Amino acid sequence: MNAIWTELFPYVALILVGFLPNEMWRVLGLVLARGLNEDSQIVVWSRAVATAILAGVIAKLIVFSGGALGGIPLSVRVGATVCGFLVFIAIKRSVFAGVLAGEGALLLGGWLFGH
Amino acid sequence: MPTSATFPSAAAAFRSGVKSAVTSTFFIVLAGTYIGMGALAHGFGLASWWLALSTVLVWAAPAQVILISSFGGGAPLVEAALAVSLSAVRLFPMVVALLPLLRAESTRVRDLLLPTHFTSVSMWVESLRLLPGVSREHRIAFSNGLSVGYMGTAATFGFVGYYLAAELPPLLAGGLLFLTPMSFLMSTARNAKAIMDQLALVLGLALGTILTAADVQLDLLWTGIGGGTLAYFVHRFREATA
Repeated sequence: MNAIWTELFPYVALILVGFLPNEMWRVLGLVLARGLNEDSQIVVWSRAVATAILAGVIAKLIVFSGGALGGIPLSVRVGATVCGFLVFIAIKRSVFAGVLAGEGALLLGGWLFGH
Repeated sequence: MPTSATFPSAAAAFRSGVKSAVTSTFFIVLAGTYIGMGALAHGFGLASWWLALSTVLVWAAPAQVILISSFGGGAPLVEAALAVSLSAVRLFPMVVALLPLLRAESTRVRDLLLPTHFTSVSMWVESLRLLPGVSREHRIAFSNGLSVGYMGTAATFGFVGYYLAAELPPLLAGGLLFLTPMSFLMSTARNAKAIMDQLALVLGLALGTILTAADVQLDLLWTGIGGGTLAYFVHRFREATA
């Protein structure tokens, strides 16, 4: 019995701790979005809130990094972000060019100043 | 993508969606992000199939990172569930903003169940960009194709990262983890054509940093509501005075 529970535990936890707390927000959106069109004020406001939350996640991942990224100095992470964004603006708002430049700057900076 | 694509059938629209997914920048981004995630799951002793199942069921990179690290770190399950839920609040306004774009006259609620589950940053950003150019009756099929393409990519590269895990030196592993914020930042900025969206992006970056540094509880929720609402009212004010 205990052996079976040990095997199953990560999967039960995946449903209870991962799937349900995450999915409830999508279902809530489905329930509340009925009858709205893309120009309604609540939809416009929702877009602004979603964009701001996403920006918050981005800031947290860059400024308060964990794991292997946290091992690279904060100044290198922020500098690489600025480099990437400037290249993104300079090269016709190309996401690919911006990400590539940011990654290049991070790896170079991490190699020169990190670890 | 032509400006107003019509398709002979729903299947053709679905295939076009899959093709858009595997040829977009997000293909590389998701591959990189989920290679990093595979490495993380391996490090915390979880099975590779567990990771694949979490990709299909949870389908949100921040929530999955929280889930994996809480299991490994031995955090209380209630605390992990709350953290996952907070990271997922952003899905609610995304669904609210996306569904009106997908819905046609004849759309039933059950047709919207899959797109609702599929809603995630990559799919949302690309749907908002591409769907206006797709004829309304084929938007759900196109969007589902897009999502299946992304989810398949993520699940596949999760396995790749899992089995590569032991080989990655720390600097390269750090570079992989950097892919997620870089790509989210650039793609959100590319989509932010209106002043309101640009303002919400800048305010969110600033508030997210300040509130986390100040150790404010529910920081993401306040970042979204505060930054988003302020950007919205600036937009309303400009419209009223224009």
